Amino acid sequence: MVFIVLFVFIGGTFWTVASSFTNIKTLPIFTPAEFYDAFVGMAQYQRLWRSSRWIISITNLGIYGSLYTIFAFVIGFWLAVLMDQKIRLEGVFRTIYLYPFALSFIVTGHVWAWIMNPAFGLEATVRGLGWETFSFDWLTNREMSIYAVVIAGLWQGTGLVMALMLAGLRGIDDEIWRAARIDGIPKWRTYIQIVLPMMRPVLVTTFVIVASGAVRVYDLVIGLTQGGPGLSSQVPTIYVYETMFVGALAQGTAASTIMLLATAVILIPWVVVEFGKKQQA
Amino acid sequence: MAKPDTLTIEPSGPLPRPMFAPGRVMIYAVLILTSLYYLIPLYVMIITSVKDLDAIRYGNIFIPTANPTFAPWVKAWSEACTGLKCSGLAPGFYNSVSITVPSVIVSIAVASVSGYSLANWPFKFGEFFFTVLLVGSFVPYQVMLYPLVIITREMGIYSTLWAVVFVHTVFGLPILTLLFRNYFSSLPPELFKAARVDGAGYWRIFFQVMMPMSVPIFTVAVILQVTGIWNDFLFGVIYAGPTNYPMTVQLNNIVNSLQGVKEYNVDMAATILTGIVPLAIYFFSGKYFVRGIAAGAVKG
Repeated sequence: MVFIVLFVFIGGTFWTVASSFTNIKTLPIFTPAEFYDAFVGMAQYQRLWRSSRWIISITNLGIYGSLYTIFAFVIGFWLAVLMDQKIRLEGVFRTIYLYPFALSFIVTGHVWAWIMNPAFGLEATVRGLGWETFSFDWLTNREMSIYAVVIAGLWQGTGLVMALMLAGLRGIDDEIWRAARIDGIPKWRTYIQIVLPMMRPVLVTTFVIVASGAVRVYDLVIGLTQGGPGLSSQVPTIYVYETMFVGALAQGTAASTIMLLATAVILIPWVVVEFGKKQQA
Repeated sequence: MAKPDTLTIEPSGPLPRPMFAPGRVMIYAVLILTSLYYLIPLYVMIITSVKDLDAIRYGNIFIPTANPTFAPWVKAWSEACTGLKCSGLAPGFYNSVSITVPSVIVSIAVASVSGYSLANWPFKFGEFFFTVLLVGSFVPYQVMLYPLVIITREMGIYSTLWAVVFVHTVFGLPILTLLFRNYFSSLPPELFKAARVDGAGYWRIFFQVMMPMSVPIFTVAVILQVTGIWNDFLFGVIYAGPTNYPMTVQLNNIVNSLQGVKEYNVDMAATILTGIVPLAIYFFSGKYFVRGIAAGAVKG
C-alpha cells in the first residue's frame, strides 16, 4: 500500500515536471510519444516569468515567507524563553498561544478579515476613540495587503514555533545552566550564545516546517483577501490553481515545479544536518 | 594564602524570591500582553456572532452587545445562503464528517501497519524508502494536484466524497508512517523478539503485542488527522464536487456570497461553527495535541 503511495508521489512529481516542458492545455499526456509531440522546451517558464501576475505572486511569497519565518522565529523563541522561567500557569499560557494552530487557515482568514475590516474593525474603533486620522486599511490597500496576511499567519503559526522551541529548551541539560551560572555569564547571554547554538537541530527542523509551510500558503489568502485587492496579494498557489484548471495546464505545472524547487532549497539545511549526523556516527 | 582569623559565615542557599520582583512582573506583563493578541480574535468572533445587525453597524467591534441573540447562529447553521442555495453550514458539516471519518480510519490503518513493517521487519532499500517518505511529506500539494485528478478520474471517483478520502489518505501517509515507525522503533526490541520466538506471526505480533502498547501514538495520530482533514480547504474544493463541499469551503462560500446585506454576525457565527470541532479536540486533548505536533515535527 505504501509502495503504491510512493509510486504515486514519485510518478506524480515526475509527470508534473515533465508536463511543464510541453504546451498541453486541458488534456494531460501519458506516453513519451505524446510528450515528444507536445514538447516546447522552456517556453512555459519564459511565459511564466513574463507574466506580471506571476511576478507579483512570487514577490509576495518572498515577502510573506521571509517576514513570516523571521517573526515566527523571533516571537516564538522569545515566548519560549519567557515560558521557560518557571512561571505559574504555564499550561494556561501555552493553551492560549497554541489554540489558533488548531484552527484552519480559512477560519483564521475570515476572523482577521473582520478585525481588519476598515469600516467596522480596528480602524473604525481607533477613530471612534478620537484619533480621526488613524488609518489601518491594509486589507483594501494594494501596498499593504500582503502584510495583513503576515499578521494573520503569525497569529495562527507562532504558537507552534513556541511549542517546538520550548521542547528544545527543555532538552538542554541542566549542567549547562549550572556551568554558565558558575562562570558568571548573564542569563540572556547564556540563552543567545550557549543555548541557541546547542538547539541547532531543533532550529533547523522548525525552520524547514515553518518555511515550507509558508510556500504552501493558500487558504489563508483566500479567506483573508481572496488574493486582492486587484492582484496585490496573489501567491504562487493561487496562480497554480487558476491556470491548471482553466485550460493552461502546462503553465500550472511549470508554476508548481518552481514551488517544488523552492521547497527543495528550503530542505537543504536540514539535509546537511541529517547527513552530517550520519557521518559523525 | 592567609587564613582569616575569624570564620565568616556567608549566607548560603537560594535567595527567597519575592513574588512580585520587578523581573517577574515584567515577564508576566509581557506574557499577558501577548496573550491578548492571541485571544482578541476569539473574543471578537464570539461577541460579534451574538450581536444583531444594528449593534454591529452602530456599535464597536470590541464591545459586547447588551442584548445578545442566537439568531445568527441558527441562520449560519441552517439558512445562510451560498449563491442560490440557502441551506446554511449544516450540509457542509455532514460532508466534513463523512470525509473525515473514513480518511482518518483508512490512513491510520495503513500508516500503522507500514510503520510497523519499516520498524520491525527490515527489508532491502528500507533506508531509501524512509528517506523518500521524509521528502514526500514536504512536497507541495500543488505538484501532486493534477496527477491526483487524473488518478481519481481513472478510478471513477473524481468529484465524489471518495476522491477526497483517497487524497487525504495519500497525503497523510508519509508523515503518519514516519510517526508510527519512530514510535515502534523506540519500543524495546526484546518484546518483538520474544513474540517471534513464541511463534507469533506478522499480524499476530502487530495486533497482540504492538497495538496494545501504542495507544498514545494512535491517539496522537487521530488528533493530527482529524484536525488536519477537518481544516482542509484545497482538496475539498478540487476533488469533492459541489454537492460534497466540506464545511471550510461552505464557510468561504457563505462569507463571500454577494447577495443581499452583508451579515457579519452570521459570518462570524459560521466561522466559529467551522472552527469548533478542532478547537474542542484541542482543548480536550491538550497534552496529546502538543505531543502530536512535537513528535510529528521534531523527530520527523
